[in-house]
Amino acid sequence: MDTLLQQLINGITLGAVYALVALGYTMVYGIIGLINFAHGEVVMIGTMVAFTVIVSLAGSAMAPLMILGIGVAVSVVVCMVLGWALERVAYRPLRHAPRLTPLITAIGMSIVLQNVAMIIWGRNYITFPPMIGKHIYEFGGASFTNVQIAIVTLAALMMLGLIYLVHRTRIGMAMRATAQNQHVAALMGVDIDRVIAMAFIIGSALGAVAGCMVGSYYEIAHYQMGFMLGLKAFTAAVLGGIGNLAGAMAGGLLLGVIEALGAGYIGDLTGDFLGSHYQDIFAFIVLIIVLMFRPSGLFGERTGDRA
Amino acid sequence: MLEVNGLRVSYGGIQAVRGISFHVNEGEMVALIGANGAGKSSTLRALARLLDPAGGSVRYRGKELLPLPPHALVAEGIALVPEGRGVFPRMTSLENLRMGAYARSDKAAIEQDLEQVLGHFPRLKERGQQLAGTLSGGEQQMLAIGRALMSRPRLMLLDEPSMGLAPIMVQKIFEVIRTVASDGMTILLVEQNAKLALEVSQRGYVMESGEITVTNESTHLLADPKVRAAYLGE
Ligand SMILES: Nc1ncnc2c1ncn2[C@@H]1O[C@H](COP(=O)(O)OP(=O)(O)OP(=O)(O)O)[C@@H](O)[C@H]1O
Ligand SMILES: [Mg+2]
Repeated sequence: MDTLLQQLINGITLGAVYALVALGYTMVYGIIGLINFAHGEVVMIGTMVAFTVIVSLAGSAMAPLMILGIGVAVSVVVCMVLGWALERVAYRPLRHAPRLTPLITAIGMSIVLQNVAMIIWGRNYITFPPMIGKHIYEFGGASFTNVQIAIVTLAALMMLGLIYLVHRTRIGMAMRATAQNQHVAALMGVDIDRVIAMAFIIGSALGAVAGCMVGSYYEIAHYQMGFMLGLKAFTAAVLGGIGNLAGAMAGGLLLGVIEALGAGYIGDLTGDFLGSHYQDIFAFIVLIIVLMFRPSGLFGERTGDRA
Repeated sequence: MLEVNGLRVSYGGIQAVRGISFHVNEGEMVALIGANGAGKSSTLRALARLLDPAGGSVRYRGKELLPLPPHALVAEGIALVPEGRGVFPRMTSLENLRMGAYARSDKAAIEQDLEQVLGHFPRLKERGQQLAGTLSGGEQQMLAIGRALMSRPRLMLLDEPSMGLAPIMVQKIFEVIRTVASDGMTILLVEQNAKLALEVSQRGYVMESGEITVTNESTHLLADPKVRAAYLGE
């Protein structure tokens, strides 16, 4: 019983992060039908930038929470610029190319970003300095930390903010219109290039925050961390129905919970043949099952309620 | 108001519009009729900058339109109601109408126009919160026209508003088109239904295989034996 509750708590934490990253995939896909495989690397760069800022401010007289805040803010700005530049340099020139071309470019960009990160931050794992003094709370036999509470709360607020933006603001209307019919949106006066750039910028901002969350949660970072994180978030987006915002949120949470429960029980299930370090296989089992039986995702029956 | 000269459109190697010239005067309704594949929609899409013409010039109120990006046209006062309506399927009817006013910032006037459009199409008022993708074809056509009106255009380009609609619905829609025209709107109307188009318009152009072959006042075209034989099924 305590394992169940414990794994649920861990799963929701992880799932909140997956959801934020998945939104970046799904927003871009919803608008231009591109799977931006470099998005995981944008998240990784977000973690790394926050790391650098925090480490260089750590000796100063500033309050730790302040330092963390500055780290997150700088990371968000850097990733927004990076997302904008990716679209501008790598994808926009290929807007009318066959679909496979930008997809391969995306994989190429992800390799480029990994290598840039390796050159800047090195090949080794780096320790992400904890800036929040950790408190552990006990609840029904399970425990969770204030870091987890902060992650889940912040993620929820950001998702609410995104829903507000997409449904209640002018740019959000333009994004939805563009996702549904690009040509007609242009007829209404929507500057399509600007909307596409915004999708990358907003997705990257969410990704940067997610990257900071991952860093604070695991207290560790590595130049290849974006690969697995990106693949899992992509799985979450597919699970929810890629192109569908609410689907990405639900898919992220669901995947986090599935993975955590899987990790918690994999020993029991296999008679201790496989340990919890095999938890990564669950995401891919989910991906394969979804692609086989419901490729449009759980919420995607209407060809995706895009953006 | 609109002056088109030598407009050419090609898709790959195929020429769909072969250097046509025509004009639309302020306050006029002009019909562009022709068989399937004659190049009518291609002409409208080129005017609305949804595709890049292979050549020619389009002057609108003394200004050359072709260098403008498509999203700049609505501010010039041009609205296209595309073939097949092009409603935003996962937005409500009201959201679709508001998208029509996307480029405007005069809030109070937008609300007025919304009331007026809903007055033209009471059916849309009942269906305000319904997703546009679930509206009937006729309702979607009303929505597409209403959405175009929401931009307060000076020139409306209508691509086959009667397509696929029952006669009663066609009648309703053309009633509104007539009303809008009599309020002073300039309209370029593309239609398969040549009889209807020539009945509501002042002048007409007949398009065949990418070229304009006949032009005259609509009443004359309606009486022209060749036009009657080819397009009015007589
Ligand atoms: N996107 C496209 N790619 C290639 N050819 C096209 C394209 N769109 C139109 N065409 C061709 O251009 C020609 C003119 O098409 P267009 O749609 O302008 O005709 P239309 O007069 O509007 O016909 P209809 O009354 O059937 O709507 C046709 O031969 C059509 O096959
Ligand atoms: Mg046509």
